[in-house]
Amino acid sequence: MADNIGNPMLRMPSTAKKGELVEIRSLIMHPMLTGLTKDKSGKLIPAHFIQTVTATFNGKPLLDIDWSTAVSANPFLAFKMRAEDNGTLKVVWKDNQNGDWSAESKLTVS
Amino acid sequence: MTKNTMQRRQFLSATLATGAVATAAGLGLLRPQLAFAGDVSGWPAKAFDAKVLNDAMMASVGKTDVPVSPKVKLTAPSIAENGGAVPVTIEVDSPMTADDYITTVYLFVDHNPTPLASQFSFTPASGQAYIQERIKMAKTDNVRVIAKTSKGELLASAPREVKVTIGGCGG
Repeated sequence: MADNIGNPMLRMPSTAKKGELVEIRSLIMHPMLTGLTKDKSGKLIPAHFIQTVTATFNGKPLLDIDWSTAVSANPFLAFKMRAEDNGTLKVVWKDNQNGDWSAESKLTVS
Repeated sequence: MTKNTMQRRQFLSATLATGAVATAAGLGLLRPQLAFAGDVSGWPAKAFDAKVLNDAMMASVGKTDVPVSPKVKLTAPSIAENGGAVPVTIEVDSPMTADDYITTVYLFVDHNPTPLASQFSFTPASGQAYIQERIKMAKTDNVRVIAKTSKGELLASAPREVKVTIGGCGG
């Protein structure tokens, strides 16, 4: 599992009209372990999951998400943003074992 | 308005710094190997660790009886073959202006081991309080959403039942 983790992906249009709602779709590889399951020897497997997802546009807060272990493995997430300015969307995922990933995508507004 | 979001994280991280030791000790049973593992700063552990719906609601929303509003739309399949990945879509009607927007949306699964599944904090820049994600459901159960407006108003979705064929808490 541990070798198949991270690789965040962002999909969104690269251009939009001013005021238009843009949909952002994201995906990241992560086991999202609940801490409630046991390994073959009956020992609990420690919880390992993404706890926060933070989206900013040009450094300004856009969306803050807190996740529990109830979010599926390899979490998919879609959200929206109103296109106002040219700039860069940045999304940062952090897990409870100091895992930290980010992805960026540029938007041109006409 | 954006400030609001920042303050929330800052406030929570300050509270967690002092409360972390006590909380970790109290929750030792829940995540035995990880009592002191690195919860991300600002992550609301108390709400997420609550094991009963009412407790999770009190710890997050601060209330358990929230009126259902047609403004809160929750879409989920009526039958999910795989409880490990149940797609849910949340949409809340709101002008999403600086004066009137959805600040937070809470997503619950009534009888999951920890009912609060996710918490979303929007800004007016979001343009629409809209989320799509996939969640785990232990068994056939209700999914529900509570939204909070910038005026402090609370709105709930109607609970939506999802029939789960194979439970999804093996992950």
